[in-house]
Amino acid sequence: MNRRPVFLITVLCFGFAFFYIPILSMMVYSFNGSRLATVWGGFSTKWYVSLWTNKQVIAALLLSLKIALVSATMATILGTMAGFALARFTKFRGRFVFSGLVTAPLIMPEVITGISMLMMFILLADWTGWPGQRGFTTVTLAHITFSMVFVTTIVQARLGQADRAIEEAAMDLGSRPWQVLRDVTLPTAFPAILSGWLLAFTISLDDVVITSFTTGPGSTTLPLLIWSKVKLGVTPDINALATITVVVVGIGVALAGWILNRAEKRKLLEERMAFRSNE
Amino acid sequence: MAETRLSRWFNRKGWSDLIIAMPYLWLVLWFMVPFLIVLAISVASQKPTAPPFGYGGEDPWISLRGYQRLFTDDLYIRSFFISLMNAGLATILCLLLGYPMALGLTRVSKSWRSILLMLVILPFWTSFLLRVYAWMGLMGKSSWFNQLLTDIWNFVVPLNWALKSIPMMNTNFAVVLVMVYTYLPFMILPLYSSLERLDPTLDEAAMDLGSRPFRVFLDVTLPQSMPGIIAGGLLVFIPAAGELVIPTLVGDASSPMIGRVIADEFNSARDWPMASTVAVALLVLMVLPTMLYSRYQAKAEGREAAK
Repeated sequence: MNRRPVFLITVLCFGFAFFYIPILSMMVYSFNGSRLATVWGGFSTKWYVSLWTNKQVIAALLLSLKIALVSATMATILGTMAGFALARFTKFRGRFVFSGLVTAPLIMPEVITGISMLMMFILLADWTGWPGQRGFTTVTLAHITFSMVFVTTIVQARLGQADRAIEEAAMDLGSRPWQVLRDVTLPTAFPAILSGWLLAFTISLDDVVITSFTTGPGSTTLPLLIWSKVKLGVTPDINALATITVVVVGIGVALAGWILNRAEKRKLLEERMAFRSNE
Repeated sequence: MAETRLSRWFNRKGWSDLIIAMPYLWLVLWFMVPFLIVLAISVASQKPTAPPFGYGGEDPWISLRGYQRLFTDDLYIRSFFISLMNAGLATILCLLLGYPMALGLTRVSKSWRSILLMLVILPFWTSFLLRVYAWMGLMGKSSWFNQLLTDIWNFVVPLNWALKSIPMMNTNFAVVLVMVYTYLPFMILPLYSSLERLDPTLDEAAMDLGSRPFRVFLDVTLPQSMPGIIAGGLLVFIPAAGELVIPTLVGDASSPMIGRVIADEFNSARDWPMASTVAVALLVLMVLPTMLYSRYQAKAEGREAAK
């Protein structure tokens, strides 16, 4: 293609403007001195200060982080097991149902997942007395359930691509099965497990719908707090909170991208060197 | 797939049973059982007890009245229609905007490409709720964006059509717009990965044989990117059809989408059976396109194998 694709570049520019203008506008208005969220009233950082001293926000953030840490870790353990089972145990009884069970939560609308779990918790509490109070435990259970299947999908795909002959070769060379698992399978799957954990963590940290159904009084996560405020309209302190989120995430993603990019470049360089020395 | 020695060892030691059983039981207990409960409650009748449903009474053991209402009550028919329309529109608009964007991404230089891809993914990692919220700030009556659009509108149309502000909030238009905004990355990424794999020499060959660029696009690029289009379409349509957050925040309360109807039946009306019935119906609606997709995929794989 020698011609510059003018149309495509134009759409690309429009698309990125569409992506980022709302976010940038929100960031600018977080420094708005006016109480009216959409009318400019001079530069001010007071919303950041009020956010920092807001005990409710801090408590909600801590609860969200606690739930996300526990649920992502549990989801990674269970999800990796399921992904490993589906990729390595080709025939077992109930495989068909099992593979259906790890796909269904991916397409299940969140409202239905939320309501079905809430109904179950209420019925369970009716019959057995547990869970007497919905909160951290019930939300974490729900988050584990719907985020573990994402981990499974990633791990299964990674192990499916990996060459199983290497595992066989290690066995042939006299490794014990658990050694193969530790030295071959786990390192192969590790990037997938890590990105699965990260995905589960962010899904949990971000969830509103399922959390709103499975939580109880007194257990408000950060998205739920934002949800209850935002339902009443635009407020400047949420603008400030959003700005902090975007900046933190932006730095994180840029850093991860930079590290990956550097690793890629080094790999390329090494390959080129190896190629040269063969000549 | 042949049994490997590793998996045989796992089987012999009984480890495999444990590895399968733990996630299996978890999903059965916390996903399948709740769903079966919904299925069971969908054929119950509403009762003034706690929990507010029961079987028997004036109804026969199983009540199909909920399913009957689904097809006779205006509220449900309308909400299903609106959901399908909003989700369908959002999917089409995502495709129309996402396709040239994905194609454009394959045409820029390598170093630009990785930066731009990161910029597509970045909003993913920020909160979904906050992305919806960002549009609430833009669409409000007194916001700069609304005022800008109003000025443009007033400039274009005759004087007696002039507006003070454009009514955007709490409309279906707002719902579709915000859906396009939040789900566009889901469309761009699969499209990009299927377009990136295309062989550019095919384009060159078609050009050399005298095709005009647009014909090359129609005859060469578009058919080959079909898997990406279908995958992206499903990734947008399925979550959009069951969406609850967007219609609650920016939608029109008098024409709710199904997700909101389910939540309202459950929370406000305390009608568990009807909420379950609508949920089951919504699920049927989601499963259909997914099954079509897997059939399409199986067919495509069969074609690959036949080659």
